[in-house]
Amino acid sequence: MTESKVINLNIDEFKKEVLESKLPVLVDFWAPWCMPCQMMAPILDSLSIAMAGKIKVAKVDIENPSNEVLAVVYQIQSIPNMKLFKDGKVIGEFIGLRELEVIKDEIEQLIK
Amino acid sequence: MTSSQSLDLVIVGTGPAGLTAALYAARYKLNALSIGQIDGGLMSEAHKICNFPTELSISGLDLTSKMKANALSQGAIIENGKVKDITKGENSFEVILDNKEKYFTKTILLATGTKHRQLGLKNENKFIGRGISYCATCDGMLFKNKIVAVIGGSDSALTSALYLAEIASKVYIIYRGKALRGEPAWLEKINNKKNIEIILNTNLKNLIGEEKLISVELDQPYQNQPLLNLDGIFVEIGTEPDHGDYIKNLGIELDNNNYIKVDSSQKTNIRGIWAAGDITNASNNFRQIITACAEGAIAAESINRYIQLL
Repeated sequence: MTESKVINLNIDEFKKEVLESKLPVLVDFWAPWCMPCQMMAPILDSLSIAMAGKIKVAKVDIENPSNEVLAVVYQIQSIPNMKLFKDGKVIGEFIGLRELEVIKDEIEQLIK
Repeated sequence: MTSSQSLDLVIVGTGPAGLTAALYAARYKLNALSIGQIDGGLMSEAHKICNFPTELSISGLDLTSKMKANALSQGAIIENGKVKDITKGENSFEVILDNKEKYFTKTILLATGTKHRQLGLKNENKFIGRGISYCATCDGMLFKNKIVAVIGGSDSALTSALYLAEIASKVYIIYRGKALRGEPAWLEKINNKKNIEIILNTNLKNLIGEEKLISVELDQPYQNQPLLNLDGIFVEIGTEPDHGDYIKNLGIELDNNNYIKVDSSQKTNIRGIWAAGDITNASNNFRQIITACAEGAIAAESINRYIQLL
């Protein structure tokens, strides 16, 4: 199996990897205490492979205290919360567990 | 697991009933496959479980991990996915997943449990993730030093309120009844929490906010105010059976509350289909983790006997 291309981000890398990214970026705000987040992880791994070259897939662990400010800025009130960034702006949001094909289709519509 | 092979058993659901059945089926050496969306199901959301006999106090996440690890160690095969359809053939069933994978099986165990009941208010779906949550364990930490309300008066409502009271600055419990109805052990803890305030005989009437929820309208004023300003609400008003359309198509008999009717061996009215856990009417409406486990075990034993006689 091809290796996952998901990148784990912290606040210091967020600007460069997400806001200044040339490719759209799907950012999963998650935490280890949440089972749906854990179930989403392998789906995001597959998504990162299936959509390589079209989007980047990144994860931000909001349990990490230094990332808390990102949860506040992006008003995360429920996890898993996945936001699709393009040119530094949020162009789509997915709350809760999603099937691979479902989220892939939705993203493809948004980045068309 | 390849799609074409015929299985002895497909277990739909990976909560306590499904995981226990998977463990027993593995020990019976049945050719079984478990399919579920969320490991542990609603159990995985429990913040603290103190009534499972082997555990002093354990989180739903940890109890899920233990049950799954135990089933896997006995040889169970567990896949993540959603069952979209089940159809009955002459001597087998066809199980179709959301990702279009198909399995053929001699028997089915339905263990899909229950799902959270919604408030049924206008804008409720709009505010999910924007001030409305159905899982305090998942989302509670996002309300640090905020004002929240738990809607409901059962054990799940009380444990959620106790968990949130450690994080939020203030927790209201809003309940339509005249007294909270959880276990006395939880009630005692609630009464000792200084930042929990209980509002009884009250329902939510409206959800108010633009981008996110900022207040709720109550059906009767609290401290002379019809509106209660807050940052989030956690809905714990009970559960309802979580079954797919296939239940109806297969002709499975339900009770008046839509739970699957089973006999003492967890059999449904359809030959080859069993049901276990919160989705059935078997636990005298108690629906606990331990009763779900018991139903899963009984079902697996009955299925094994059935398979041996085929």
